[in-house]
Amino acid sequence: MVNERLSVTLAGVKMDNPVVPASGTFGFGLEMDRYDLNVLGGISLKGTTLEPRYGNPLPRIAETPSGLLNCVGLQNPGIDAFLATKVPALRKVYGGAIIANISGFSLEEYVKCCERASACGDIDIIEVNVSCPNVHGGGMAFGTSAKAAAEVTSAVKKVVKGKPVFIKLSPNVTDIVEIAKACEDAGADGLTLINTLLGMRISLATRKPLLSNRTGGLSGRGIFPVAVRMVWQVAHACSIPVMGCGGVASAQDVIEMMMAGATAVQVGSENLRNPLACKEIIESLPEEMDRLGIGSLTDIIGVA
Amino acid sequence: MIFTVTSNGQAASGTFRMVLSSPEYHGSARGGQFAYILLPGYYLRRPFAISDCGEGWLEIIYCTVGNGTRELSGMAPGTRLDVLADLGHGFDIRATKDAAVLFGGGAGIAPLKLLARELAAAGKKVTAIFGFNRAVDIPEAIMDEIRSSGAEVLIATMDGSAGTKGFVTDALREHGCSFDYWYSCGPLPMMKAVCKAVDCGGQVSMEARMGCGTGICYGCSIMTAKGARRVCKDGPVFDREDIIW
Ligand SMILES: Cc1cc2nc3c(=O)[nH]c(=O)nc-3n(C[C@H](O)[C@H](O)[C@H](O)COP(=O)(O)OP(=O)(O)OC[C@H]3O[C@@H](n4cnc5c(N)ncnc54)[C@H](O)[C@@H]3O)c2cc1C
Ligand SMILES: Cc1cc2nc3c(=O)[nH]c(=O)nc-3n(C[C@H](O)[C@H](O)[C@H](O)COP(=O)(O)O)c2cc1C
Ligand code: FES
Repeated sequence: MVNERLSVTLAGVKMDNPVVPASGTFGFGLEMDRYDLNVLGGISLKGTTLEPRYGNPLPRIAETPSGLLNCVGLQNPGIDAFLATKVPALRKVYGGAIIANISGFSLEEYVKCCERASACGDIDIIEVNVSCPNVHGGGMAFGTSAKAAAEVTSAVKKVVKGKPVFIKLSPNVTDIVEIAKACEDAGADGLTLINTLLGMRISLATRKPLLSNRTGGLSGRGIFPVAVRMVWQVAHACSIPVMGCGGVASAQDVIEMMMAGATAVQVGSENLRNPLACKEIIESLPEEMDRLGIGSLTDIIGVA
Repeated sequence: MIFTVTSNGQAASGTFRMVLSSPEYHGSARGGQFAYILLPGYYLRRPFAISDCGEGWLEIIYCTVGNGTRELSGMAPGTRLDVLADLGHGFDIRATKDAAVLFGGGAGIAPLKLLARELAAAGKKVTAIFGFNRAVDIPEAIMDEIRSSGAEVLIATMDGSAGTKGFVTDALREHGCSFDYWYSCGPLPMMKAVCKAVDCGGQVSMEARMGCGTGICYGCSIMTAKGARRVCKDGPVFDREDIIW
C-alpha cells in the first residue's frame, strides 16, 4: 500500500515517505503504542551516549508562546543496552528506516558509540548530534565550531561502515553554512537541521529560572521559519542531502521544508501535543499535494 | 478526542469543577488516571486527574493557579476541547484488604473522589481525610458526593475553621481509624508527612511538569528506588517504597 508519490531516497536509504519523528520526541519507538509504526518513513531514536544517563532533575519542560523549552539532558540507557535491547525490539515490529541518534561529551565517546552502532545491522542511518545544548561542556562545543564539527565528522566516518552518517547541526551559531560545509568536506553523508535554539524562562512567582538546568532548548511551531531559512541556506550551499527539522506541524509544513531543500522531514515537538501527529501528517500529504499540483514529493526538493 | 464542556462552575474559593462529554468516551478511567487537555492558545496540554466518569462523560476538579487554569474557569458550556483521556496508571484498589484511608490536600482530592467510589463499590471500608487551609476552601458539594459514594470524610484545616486544626496526620491521630492500606494525592510535604506517620503500605500520586504526557519525551522522569520512571506513563501513581523522599 506504499504510495510511490510520497517515497524518497535519503543518502541511498529508500523510505516510503519523508516523515520521521525527531530524536527525543518519540522515545525509542516502542513507547508509541497509539498506531502502527510502519506508516513512518523512518524513526530517529532518543539520543544515546556511551554510558547510561538519568539526565537533568525536574523540571525539564517549560512552555513558551508557541513551543517549549526542554532540558531533558539525554536520558538514555547507554549505547550497549540501546543496541542490545531497544533497537532489536523496535526492528521486530518496524520495517522502515531506523536512525540512531548519537551524542557525546568527547571525540572518543562519539567514535566508540558510532563504531558500535555501525556494527548493528538493524540501524539504517547514524545521526550524530553535535548540537545538544543541554549538557555542560558537552555537545554544544562541537556543533558551534566548524573545526570541531569537522573533527567529529571525520573521526566517526572512519569507523562507520556501510551506512550513512548524518551530522545534526545546532542553530545556535553565527554561520550555519560554514559549519555545514565543513561537515560535508569532512565526509558527512548528510545533514539534519535544526536542533533546538537555546532559551530561558523565569518563574514570576519564585523569581528564578523555571528549568532545573536554567536554560533549555527551544522547539515547536515558533521555530519553523528559522528552520526553513537554515535548511534553505544549507541545502543550496551543500550537495549532500538534508533532513529538515524544526517546528513542523502539518503536511503543508512538510512540503514547505522540502521546497526549502529537505529530502526528509523530521517532526519533533508536535508529537508531544498530538501523539498522532506524524500519522495524520502522512495521511494528509496526498490530498495536500493534489491541491498544490505536486505529482511526486521528489519533484519539489529544493525548488524554492 | 474532542469533548464538549457540559458544566463548569466554582466549587470553593479558587476551586472549580468541569464536566466534559463525548459520545466516544466510555467512562473507562480509574482513580489516579488523568486527562490531558489542550487549551486554545497554549502550546502544551494541561494535566488534570479524572475525578469521576461515566458513559459519555468525565469530570475534573481544578484550582486556578495560572493563566491556563484561569482561562479554563471561564469556559462556557458548549466549548469544545481536545482531550487525551485515561492517561497513566491509576491507584490499585486490590492492594487494600479491608479498609483504606485516603489522604488528600488541595486539588489532590480530585483523583481520590473516583478512587473512593471504586473502593466502596469493591466492598472496602473507606475513610477520606482531606486537608485545606480554611473552611472557605472546602468544596462542600464534592465532600457530600464522596460521602454518598460510601466513604467517611474527615476534614483538617490549617486555621481550625473546620474539622481538626492542623494537618491530615493530626486528623488521623484525633480519630484513630484502623486500616490496612492508604492512598494519597496532594502537596509533596503532605504525602511525605503521611509516609512518616503511617507504617502500612500505601500509594502516592506524583506531579511533574509534562511534555507529551504519553511517555515518549522523558520530560517527566523522576528517580525512584527502581530507577528512572516517567510520571506520566509509569505513574502518576507509585508505591510509597519506590519514591525517594
Ligand atoms: C498527573 C497530574 C494530575 C493533576 N491533577 C490536577 C487536578 O486534578 N486538579 C488541579 O487543579 N491540578 C492538577 N494538576 C496540576 C495542574 O496540571 C496545573 O495546576 C496546571 O497545569 C497549571 O496550568 P496553568 O496554565 O494554570 O499554570 P501555568 O503555571 O501558567 O502553566 C505553565 C506550564 O506549567 C505547567 N504546570 C504548572 N503547574 C503545574 C503543576 N503543578 N503540575 C504540572 N504542571 C504544571 C502547565 O501545565 C503548563 O505547561 C495535576 C498535575 C499532574 C502532573
Ligand atoms: C523533549 C525533547 C528532547 C529532545 N532530545 C533530543 C536528543 O536526544 N537528540 C537530538 O539530537 N535532538 C533532541 N531534541 C531536538 C529535536 O530532535 C528537534 O531537533 C528539535 O526539537 C526541533 O524540532 P521540533 O521543533 O519539531 O521539535 C529534543 C527535543 C525535545 C523537544
Ligand atoms: S511527559 Fe513526556 S514522557 Fe512524561
